[in-house]
Amino acid sequence: MKAVTANRLDDGAVVYLGDDDQWTPHLCAAARFDNADAAPVLAAAKSRTAEITDAYLIEIDGEGAPAGRETLRETIRTSGPTVRPDLGLQAGASQ
Amino acid sequence: MYRYDEFDATLVAERVAQFRGQVARRLSGALSEDEFKPLRLMNGLYLQLHAYMLRVAIPYGTLSSKQMRRLAHVARKYDKGYGHFTTRQNIQYNWPALVDTPDILDDLADVEMHAIQTSGNCIRNVTSDPYAGATADEIEDPRPYAEMIRQWSTFHPEFSFLPRKFKIAVTASDHDRAAVKVHDIGLRLYPNEAGEAGFEVLVGGGLGRTPYVGHVIRRFLPKEHLLSYLEAILRVYNTQGRRDNLYKARIKILVNSEGADRFADLVEAEWTKIKGRGVDLPAEEAARIRAYFAPPDFEDLSDRSEKLEAARAADEDFARWLRVNTKPHKAPGYAIVNISLKSIGGVPGDISDMQMEAVADLAEAYSFDEIRATHEQNLVLPHVKKDDLHAVWSALGGAGLATANIGLVSDIIACPGLDYCTLANARSIPIAQSIAERFADLGVQEDLGELKIKISGCINACGHHHVGHIGILGVDKKGEEFYQITLGGSGAEDASLGEIAGRGLSSTQVVDAVEKLVGFYRGNRQDGERFLDTYRRLGAGPFKEALYEAA
Repeated sequence: MKAVTANRLDDGAVVYLGDDDQWTPHLCAAARFDNADAAPVLAAAKSRTAEITDAYLIEIDGEGAPAGRETLRETIRTSGPTVRPDLGLQAGASQ
Repeated sequence: MYRYDEFDATLVAERVAQFRGQVARRLSGALSEDEFKPLRLMNGLYLQLHAYMLRVAIPYGTLSSKQMRRLAHVARKYDKGYGHFTTRQNIQYNWPALVDTPDILDDLADVEMHAIQTSGNCIRNVTSDPYAGATADEIEDPRPYAEMIRQWSTFHPEFSFLPRKFKIAVTASDHDRAAVKVHDIGLRLYPNEAGEAGFEVLVGGGLGRTPYVGHVIRRFLPKEHLLSYLEAILRVYNTQGRRDNLYKARIKILVNSEGADRFADLVEAEWTKIKGRGVDLPAEEAARIRAYFAPPDFEDLSDRSEKLEAARAADEDFARWLRVNTKPHKAPGYAIVNISLKSIGGVPGDISDMQMEAVADLAEAYSFDEIRATHEQNLVLPHVKKDDLHAVWSALGGAGLATANIGLVSDIIACPGLDYCTLANARSIPIAQSIAERFADLGVQEDLGELKIKISGCINACGHHHVGHIGILGVDKKGEEFYQITLGGSGAEDASLGEIAGRGLSSTQVVDAVEKLVGFYRGNRQDGERFLDTYRRLGAGPFKEALYEAA
């Protein structure tokens, strides 16, 4: 499974393309695509240049969590720096 | 300290206004990301894993209290309450919003700061000895030359689109605290036999995926010809450096493919053409710049402070901090104070807004308003009276800044690594934290003596692992973090590149590995030997055996 991720243009925050075609900071709310369907979705996302930058596909598992070779990198992107649990989305989750 | 003249102030103000317009056009969609990216990079703005990252220049590492307070203000108002000092005497903010960056740059411009020359294929911010103007072992203050290079290089039209980035470092001491031998150009000011000061010029040093120690291409360059000679080097590089391959575009590749002698000849031929054509500064202009760096008004003091000696005798923690973190000053009765940004378990180089303000207050009260950033990600109060050292130490302790570990095993250089950086393959900071915690006892650390551990999260080597006495390089092995150990490197006057010790280690093994290496050193060192000395005496073999012995 794949999801589309990017950085939001105005503040650089990590975002994912949601089911409603809007950008969300929550990976759990990201739309999931079969590998074969993902490429055209990414191409369409990349054209939204006034909203985001650096869009690409990430691999996710059946639960919607990062998977595959970039698991650690994408876990850090979605949660925050492992050395600063007080920063990033992980901080909100623990409050 | 150098103060902006009308040209500097205009240049920075115009650049901020220009960038404000570029940001507005990007946000409106008038500029594409491909068009905008080189523009934001020219203003020090990168995109990292979580957010944008803004790198702010600290020319030759010198800051006033007012500037440090403004850095704290930026951290608080626009970021998440902290900044990160880098391995080139700059500071980075990890969370600024694109929409805020023009305001940040305006706030910085108010105190004569900017993000120019912190990114892109230009001559980058010039670095120098953090003890400049204070240390007893320099021939003169190297910073006026760094400032001359800054003025010459900023927006130099011919050198704004070099094949690749270009880094220059200047020192004026035998003890190299600026890593000049691993820069594109390293300059060492020293006296010749006639007692005249001139530069030894090294070219083609660098780290990254193809590390080299620089080659001396000129033994003695008279000071007055500094800029014309630099211009000759840059001209040869600009025309002959490779632009077809990103990985072969640095000057080190050109120097090492041509050979240092032939490269020197090419520079000499170019220099002959341009020398005497107005590139070098007129003597009065050089004197004007030098005057900005006149020594502060040191008091006429005895070198021995009774107040200090009484405090030293009364408190072993203070005594240790004095031994480890303070260095001799050229003026009697003064000392150089190193402020460690490597608290045990902390993030190397990180400093909170409150800590920045504490340092600013101390510099204002006790160090002629001056602060320095070091390439080892620490800070320096360059001119503190010995009588005041106990007060400074107490205040630093109150701010969590009095760790007595300068140059010791826990004074680790670490790049941001995979916790922040898009280029990283593995995390660096947690490894640094684990090593520091393993060797937490400061008495043990002091007994081990100088030991430079440097950690990079990828082959680009921002953490200088090639020149660590023990270097650690993070690599990605099928999605898992692994670490390769190098041994015997040095970035100082005895520069050398570390040798790979053997197979990579997992993150859980790497701290044990460092402990084994340190244990072997402790068991085999001779009187006064540093880790590096023992390694060089015994060779790699026994250290590798110790490293890979069955647990």
